[in-house]
Amino acid sequence: MTTDHDSAYDSLADEHGGDARWAFGTGFDDPLSGVDTAVPDGVEPADLAAYSLMLADDALVMSQRLTQWCTNAPELEEEVALANIGLDLLGQARLLLARAGAADPTLPGRLAPDLPHEDALAYFRGPAEFRNVTLAEGDNGDFARSVARLLIFSTWRLALLDRLTSSRDAVLAAVAAKGVKEVTYHRDYAARWVVRLGDGTALSHERMSAGLNATWPYVEELFVSSDVEQRLAAADVGVDLAGLRAEFDDVIAQVLPLAGLVHPPPENTVESAGRSGRHTEALVTLLAEMQGLARAHPEATW
Amino acid sequence: MTQARGFTAEGGHGAVPTEGVPSGVEPKQRSVWPLYEVFVRGKRGLNHVHVGSLHAADSDMALHHARDLYTRRNEGVSIWVVRAADITASSPDEKDPFFAPSGDKVYRHPTFYSIPEDVPHI
Repeated sequence: MTTDHDSAYDSLADEHGGDARWAFGTGFDDPLSGVDTAVPDGVEPADLAAYSLMLADDALVMSQRLTQWCTNAPELEEEVALANIGLDLLGQARLLLARAGAADPTLPGRLAPDLPHEDALAYFRGPAEFRNVTLAEGDNGDFARSVARLLIFSTWRLALLDRLTSSRDAVLAAVAAKGVKEVTYHRDYAARWVVRLGDGTALSHERMSAGLNATWPYVEELFVSSDVEQRLAAADVGVDLAGLRAEFDDVIAQVLPLAGLVHPPPENTVESAGRSGRHTEALVTLLAEMQGLARAHPEATW
Repeated sequence: MTQARGFTAEGGHGAVPTEGVPSGVEPKQRSVWPLYEVFVRGKRGLNHVHVGSLHAADSDMALHHARDLYTRRNEGVSIWVVRAADITASSPDEKDPFFAPSGDKVYRHPTFYSIPEDVPHI
């Protein structure tokens, strides 16, 4: 106590690597430090890799869409908020891509043997090899449509990650534990905007309602487990998507009345397509933008 | 001392009065959202420190914007936001009568005392 508090500001500077501008943050944790990376018993490494790719691609593609708001958001403050959310998801994607590569190195090894697994998987897979849900890849539309999508996505992903924290795979559990705190904020951010716009002016209500209705057809797919997801859920490594529906419906049912929005009618027309690699044209252009630089200059650093 | 009504954050100096101050520049209307000043208490900081400004539609949104803009690098454990219009600020016109008289009062500094070694926060 005595030496520690000789000067409060000295100890702040010490904690921050001697940088007297102590307002800079520090004390960042590596979410995977000390985590057992062995593949759990009774799980095929290829299944674990495929499952990690699904969760990674949801975050990666959604992150890329959020990034597209940079320089286009209605307010500077919102731009930074959306970029922060995109960066959170990118961080989740990186850990999950690395998990996929560690569980089964054959895919990244075939794509780009000289690159780190996460880069090979992010930049050198074609659209048909992506496993994200269709919801994540659609165009941003206007701000209202983007926050409607973000509310649906983060409500679903929070329910998923919350359950994934008890996965038998220690890496997935650690990534989920980190992600729960992040996605809780994303959901809160999106819900605030949905309420603000839905309960705002006649014009904002109209556009919020249109954004929600345009996004809703992609909801059903979120709760249909692929074969890989079913196998890993049965092995207590993954999460059964059907089991998330009640929590999702409950959250949406709380938000929409506050926003004065009518619950869109259920749509049963969209089959699970993204998880099996069938994607819309929107993903093709998204990936062309995201992957172009890395493919043209595989050794580039910046 | 005059109480200025308008403030701006352009220039990165926090709330600066825009009315009654000759600046040679026409004030810009960047946003209809009011301006808020942000104060963050660091992890082991003793008090809240002014870190900057932002625009927001209301206090609640300002708090969330502050979280996104000013605590991205793991800086803070507590945030205050206050509408810039609610701050009564000293005017640059009054710089001399306000602050110059303290410039030659060296006896006001506690340099004539010996400080015990185990007293914290000095």
